Parts: sequence; structure tokens; C-alpha cells
Amino acid sequence: METNQLLSYILFTPLLGALLLLVFQRENENEIRIFGLSISVITFGLTLMVLSKFDSINPGFQFVHKVPWITNLNISYHVGIDGLSLLLLLLTTFITPLTLLSSWKAINKKVKEFTFFMLLLEVGMIGVFVSLDLFLFYVFWEAMLIPMYFIIGIWGGERRIYASVKFFLFTMTGSLIMLVAIIWLGVSAGGVVGHFTTDLVELYSVGPALAKNFQNWLFLAFALSFAIKIPLFPLHTWLPDAHVEAPTAGSIILAAVLLKMGTYGLIRFCLPLFPEAAITFAPFLSVLAVIGIIYGALVAMVQKDMKKLVAYSSVSHLGFVVLGIFAMTQESMQGAIIQMVNHGLSTGALFFLVGVIYERSHTREISDYGGLAKIVPVYSAALLIASLSSIGLPGLNGFIGEFLILLGAFKSPLLNTWGFTVFAATGVIFSAVYLLWMYQRVIFGVVKNPKMEHLPDMNKREIFIFASLLIFIVWIGVYPNTFLKISDRSTARVLIQVNTPVPREIPK
Amino acid sequence: MNVDYLVNSLYLIKPELAIASALVLLVLIDLIMGNNKKFLPYVAIAGLIAAAYFIIGQFGMNSLAFVSKSNKGMIIADPFGAFFKGIVVFASLFVVYFSIKSDEIKASFERHGEYYTLIFGMILGMFFMISASDLILIYISLELVSFSSYVLAGFTKTALRNSEAALKYVIYGGVSSGIMLFGISILYGITGSTNLYEINSLIQSSSIPNLTFILSGILIFVGIGYKISAAPFHFWTPDVYEGAPITITAFLSVASKAAGFALLIRFIKITFIKSVDSAGYWQLVDLIDWKTFFIFLSIITMTLGNFAALWQDNLKRMLAYSSIAHAGYLLLGMAVLSNQGMIAIIIYFAVYAITNLGAFFVVMLIANKIGSENIDDYKGLGYSQPFLGVSLAIFLISLTGLPPTAGFIGKLYLFIALVDAKMITLAVIALLNSVVALYYYIRVLKNLFLSRPANGTFEFKVSFSNGLVLVLLAAPIIILGIYFTPLVDLAKNSMQILGF
Repeated sequence: METNQLLSYILFTPLLGALLLLVFQRENENEIRIFGLSISVITFGLTLMVLSKFDSINPGFQFVHKVPWITNLNISYHVGIDGLSLLLLLLTTFITPLTLLSSWKAINKKVKEFTFFMLLLEVGMIGVFVSLDLFLFYVFWEAMLIPMYFIIGIWGGERRIYASVKFFLFTMTGSLIMLVAIIWLGVSAGGVVGHFTTDLVELYSVGPALAKNFQNWLFLAFALSFAIKIPLFPLHTWLPDAHVEAPTAGSIILAAVLLKMGTYGLIRFCLPLFPEAAITFAPFLSVLAVIGIIYGALVAMVQKDMKKLVAYSSVSHLGFVVLGIFAMTQESMQGAIIQMVNHGLSTGALFFLVGVIYERSHTREISDYGGLAKIVPVYSAALLIASLSSIGLPGLNGFIGEFLILLGAFKSPLLNTWGFTVFAATGVIFSAVYLLWMYQRVIFGVVKNPKMEHLPDMNKREIFIFASLLIFIVWIGVYPNTFLKISDRSTARVLIQVNTPVPREIPK
Repeated sequence: MNVDYLVNSLYLIKPELAIASALVLLVLIDLIMGNNKKFLPYVAIAGLIAAAYFIIGQFGMNSLAFVSKSNKGMIIADPFGAFFKGIVVFASLFVVYFSIKSDEIKASFERHGEYYTLIFGMILGMFFMISASDLILIYISLELVSFSSYVLAGFTKTALRNSEAALKYVIYGGVSSGIMLFGISILYGITGSTNLYEINSLIQSSSIPNLTFILSGILIFVGIGYKISAAPFHFWTPDVYEGAPITITAFLSVASKAAGFALLIRFIKITFIKSVDSAGYWQLVDLIDWKTFFIFLSIITMTLGNFAALWQDNLKRMLAYSSIAHAGYLLLGMAVLSNQGMIAIIIYFAVYAITNLGAFFVVMLIANKIGSENIDDYKGLGYSQPFLGVSLAIFLISLTGLPPTAGFIGKLYLFIALVDAKMITLAVIALLNSVVALYYYIRVLKNLFLSRPANGTFEFKVSFSNGLVLVLLAAPIIILGIYFTPLVDLAKNSMQILGF
């Protein structure tokens, strides 16, 4: 197997799987489930192969595979990864089999379509993280909307149609604005490299050479699209609806991977392509991030629905990531990247656990529960660990990310005030409040609802899923270096790109 | 006028001759065969294939036919015309097939002779519209198209809305073509010529009374704007599209619009152009500010089309409004006034043609079975009829312009042309419009896949031939969405207009 085609294998394995799935009889639900799972496990295996051959000393793109595609516009099929994309690629391919496994029993109608859409979704997510051509990136970015729309819309809760349409409209608005910006950037490239191009590596020399006000507009267009996806306050309103209505698998994917595409976009595109604009807008975006941290936490505190609570906690946690990115120090940026992975693991785990209990009792209202500690002890322990990880208890993963971000933001010459750190730190405290309070109301106390008395505890499949997540939750918490060093050089490269002034060409 | 000259000219209008002969043949066969009308569609298809064969030959041509001392030439044979005639033939082939399968048309079996004859009348008119370089010929061909389509819109006499549609069509059509004729007469009065090339050299060399000229230009545009259903000349579109038989609606929305756009581009480019600069931008004679005119027209057209489509419950009517919106997007390509914009229009149109035909075909197949075009009656169709549902979904996603469908490529090239011309604001208005469009398209998707089906509504089988045709229309949308170089090459070859 050629190393430089490895990424293409990863990208096309789920696509091939999805197409092969079409020949299955829809009655053979178990075969379909097993097939989907094995495809996603194979994809994960291939990703591990990439990991084993990845050279973390090299700051540039590796496993690069470039094939001309649309020669008229100099668009090529160009994929490659650096440390940042590798971490997110690992997260994506790791989470997907787990979500498929988690919906083994929960999804019992239209299993074939569900598995088909999940595999397509995986293609889209992988594509977003490995594309080094803006056109290719955009195709994956947009194409992913369709499977997600159907996953929420078909297998979702009561208001699923409202939620899926809202999700679609929000993201589409942002991405169309990004499309115009991509084209604008491609046309501007004519003045620098001499032809229209959407190749990211070439554009890295085009964007910084643009006049300041061009950079500002383009930066805002890209940032708007990513901010909707993250979602950054005040563009977050689609998220609670989508999360609450989506089936458990959809929520996990949404939280663990889809939201990361926004923050990934900021680091991959916004900062290196438009460094001057990024520096100009960094304080404003950091303010929004901090508002998001506190607002998300406060709103989460008063939620009556467990899933909505976790959804709002995402708004808060992603605020940390954005703050880390725009503080633009090595520590904060590394913290942001590890926090993306952390959030994927711990919020993924929380959504999974909410789903587990929902499958049994068909309610997500916190007030319906109480005293679960005695009924389902294993579940209670799992929920405790997931909550603590999300809160950022030292020794678990959340702590590493938040600590690095706060430290980096404090030292940041760009933000130049400790105010951000102070206000953001209150978010950590609030997160302890809302999560532990929820935990207390659900797990401790007396059993209020007689129906709950005979809830079965987590079965082996569910324990396996949680244990897989737990390994990494603890690993990152205890020895984060394994992961930090993967992205270390790539982060340093992005920061050099942001901070090196580029000779300005005449704007076209 | 000698024989050689005539033969040479006829040689250049072979596609038109093929259609004309097929038309005569259709009338004759209808008369001779009496009640046996089964052959008619096959004769029609044979005629179309012959025309298609001659059209392919025209991609290499660049000449004028019927040149005389008093006239620089009436008809142009060039790649640009060949492309749009190709679109017309492509649409016609499918429409003939649809007609064979349509229950609406089957019901009026005894008048099939008229039906196909009139369709061929329209095709002939469109061919001349596309290739004419003389205002008189333009007007006559426009009228030929209009008269045939008035009758066709009201073809199924039994349905009340058919007659209403036809009557509305006649009234609007009559007024607008009258206005256009008035504009032509003014232009003739000013310049003393009806030939576009002659008018072009005249207005470049001598001084022309400004206001009168603007008036004539705008009046002529009214006639064209009516054909392409640009706002504010679009009022007939929803009623006619909803009322006419679906086959005719599909035909009007693709072929008739293709002819209209070809005419518009030719009229503007040949009559007003001074030069084309190295970057491909057109320098026009600055008598009429066409750029501003098209900018406003496109904004009004797409916004109105999209917002009106939001409230429609009838899918046919919704597609009518959406086709108005698409005319608006296409006018954006005009507003750029550049070769780049023209490439964008050509790509967009090719995609639009395939997609719209496909969408109307699905609507027809479903209407054949359930007798309704109401969006709410489509609930759960995606489950009972996955094949139809998925095809319709592909067409709608392509109309929205999402990757990986060909519709996205159309939008992409349009946006590239706009951004290249530094018309960013216009691009942003267009993309906001796309979001509005997304809303009404996913409303249909929602009914197809997210709503629960009512019991036993869609118990029927899609026949093999219908399925094949559907695949023929849906597959290119995905394939061209992923690999669109052939489309772009075609567009680059097709933008060659004689003389520039």
C-alpha cells in the first residue's frame, strides 16, 4: 500500500461501504449493522496506520496526494494532513464505529438508510479534515449537510423537522458566504500566482499578500461560516434544537466531530490565510468566546432537559476552544486543539450516556429521575466520570485543555489583559455547578418515579463503548504528551504563518 | 440571386430544414393514417434526431446565410446557435417521450396530429429565434413560437385551468409582442436597417438620438423579457405553467427559455458591442446602460421568484416560480457583460435544462397516478417509491445548487464571473436568494422523506422505460457535479458568436 495514497483509502473506504450497502436486503438488519460497523472499524484501522507512519517532527503536510481534477480552474484532488488534522481524523474515525455501535438497539427502523447516511457522513467529515484544496473542502463541507439533515429529520425526536430545517438553513447561509469568499480568494490569486486557484498551499502565499481591507472581508466571511458551525455566541441557536431532536448517534457525531469542523477551519484557513485580519479581529472574537463560555454555562444551569443541558455545555466548551485559538500563543493553541479532542470524547460520552438512559425510560427530564445510584450503579459511575471529565477535573482530559488555554490566554501578548482568563475561568466553576447539580438530581436522593425502580443497568455493549472513550479520557488526562506532541510542530507553523509579515503585492 | 447562393444558404440551415420537413411529414401522416396515430411520436423523434445530427455539424461553422445587397444576412450559423438549438432538441426529445407517457395527453388522442405539429412549429420558431440576425425574422420567429404555444397551453380542452392558462398567455403575449414590434419600428426609424450587424456599425459611427434609442431598446427587451419570464414581465408564467399540460410546461420552461436567452445574448452582443478586451469583457456602445439595467432586472427577478415560490402548495406552480428565479440567476450572467459571464450562462443553462426536465418528469409520473400536484400529497413518497423520491431529491438538490450536483457547478461559474467582475454585492444578494430557495426546495424533500406516508397512496410500479429515462436525467447531474470539465469545454466552444 503506497503511503501517500493512504488518506485516499481512508476517505473512500466508507464511501465504498455506503455504496456496497445498497445491495443488502433491508430485512437483514443485523448484517447491515455488522457491515457498517466493520467498514468504520477498517477506516479506523487505516487511520492508525497513518498515525504509525506520521512524522511529528515535520511541521508540513504529509501523506500528500495530488491529482489534477478540473484543469480549467486549477482545481485538484489534493489531500494531506498535518498534526492538527491527524488528531481530528483519529477522533472522527474513532467516534464513528462507537456511534454505530451505540445505535445498535436504538435505531430499529430503516437501519439500512441509517447506516448508509452515517457512512456518507463519515466520508464528509474525513474529507473536510484532509482536503488541501478549498474547492474540495467546500464540496465535503456542503455535501455533509444532506446526510445530517436526514439523520436528524428521519430518526429524530418530536420536533425533528423543525430542528433539521433550522440546522440546514443556518449552516447553508454560512457556507454560501464562504463560497463567495473562496471564489474571491481564488480570483485574487490571479494577481499573485498568475491564475485562478483554490489550492490551499498556493493560497497560503496569496491571502497574506492581499490588502488589509480585502483580508478583513474575506476573514469575516470565512469566520462567519465557521462561527455558525462551532457555534459561537450569538450564532448558537440552532445547536440546542439540533442536539435535542437528533437521535443519540446524531448528537454524538454532531458534538464530537461536526462542531470541530468550525474550529478546525479557523486554524486551518482563517489564521494562516488572513493573518493581519485575524490579529485585528482576535480581541472581538475572544470577547464573543468568553461571552459564549459564561452564557452557555448559565443557560445550561437552568435546563430541565438533560440533553439540552449537555448541548448548552457544548456552547460553553467550544468558547474555550475559540479563546485558545485567538489568544494565538503556542500554549493556548495547543490547548485549543487538545480541547477539541477532549470535548469530542467527554461530550460524546455524555450524549451517549443520556441516550442510554433515555432508551430505558423514554424521558430526558431531570426531574423524572432521582436515586439512580442504587438502581444502576455502573451507569452512575460512568456518568460521574464523564461529568468530571467535562468539568475539567485534574487527572482527566478536560483539565489539560482548559489549563493550557487559560495559561496561554493569560500570557497572550495579543489579548494583553488577564480579563479574558478571569472571566473564562468562571466558566470552569459554572460547569462544575451545572454538571454536578444535574448529577446530584439524577443519581442521588430517593427514587421519585416508581417506573425507574426496575431499570436495567448498562449492558456489555454499552460498557464497551464507554470504556473505549474512558481509555482516552484518562490517557489524555494523565499523559497528554502523546497527543500534544503530534500537533506541536503544526501549531508552531500556524503561529509562524500568522506572525510573519509577508511582502505586500499590489492588490488586484 | 443565383442558385449557388441559395443552395449555400440552405446548406447553412439544415437543422431548420430538418424540423420543417418533419413538420410537413407529421401533417401528412396524420391526414393519411387517419385514426392510427401511434407513429406520430416516432416520426417526431426521427425528425429531432436528424436535426440533432445537423446541429452537431454547425459547431464548426461560422457564417451568415441569405446575404444580399440590401441585407448583411438573415441567419447565423455558429457554435453559439448550435449549443442553444442543441438544448432545444434535447428538451424536445424528452418532451416527446413524456407526451407518449402522459395521461393528460393520452386523453386527447384524436388530436395528436395537431399536438406534434404544433410542437414542431414551436421548435422551428425557436431555431430561427436562436439563429436570426435580422429584427424582422426575430419578430416573426417569436410570433411563431408564441402562437404555437398559446394553443398547446390550452391543449387539454377538458380542464378549466387549461383554458384559463391559454387565455392569459394570449393576452400577455399579444401585448408584449406588440410592444416589441413598436420598439423594432422605432429602431428601424432611427437607423434605417433591420439587420443587427448593420445597426451595430451604424450606431458606432453616427450620432443617434439618445432617448429614442433607449426607448426602442427597452421596448424590444419587453418582448424578450416576456419569453424568458424576467420580472416584471413574468406574470403569465405561474398561471400558464400550472395550467398547461405538464409536458408543455416542461417544454416552455426549458426550450422556450433557451431560445429567449439565446436571442437576448445575440441581440445585446451583436447590436451594441464595440470591442471585447483581452480579459473577455465587452465594451458596449454607451447609448444604453445595459449593465445597470440587467443588475436591477436580475435582482428583482430572482428575489421575486424565490419569495413567491415560498408560498406555493402546488409543485408545478412552485417550479414555475423557481424557474423565474433561475431566469434571475441567468440574468446575473448577462449583467457581467463578459465572455466569462456567457460561459457561466451556458453552463448554468445546460444544467438547468437537464434538472428541470427531470423534475417535471417526476411530477408528471406522480400526477399520472395520484392525480395531484399538491406538495402535501407527496408525503412519504420517498418510502413507497424510493426510486422516484431519490430522483426528485437529486433534481431539487441540484436546483438548490448544492454539491455534489451539477447545479452547484452552474452557481460556481456564475459566482466566479461575478467576483471576477468585482460585483461582490450582487454575488451576496444571489447567495442570500439561494438560501431562500433552499427553504422551499427542502420543504418538498421534507414531505418526501421526513413525513409519514398515508396508507397505500403510492402503490404503483415505475415502468422500465420510465426508470431508464429518469436515470438518463439524474445520472448526468451527479456525474457532472463531480467531473465537470466536459461541460466547461462545451461552454467554451459554444460561446463563439459570429463576428466577435
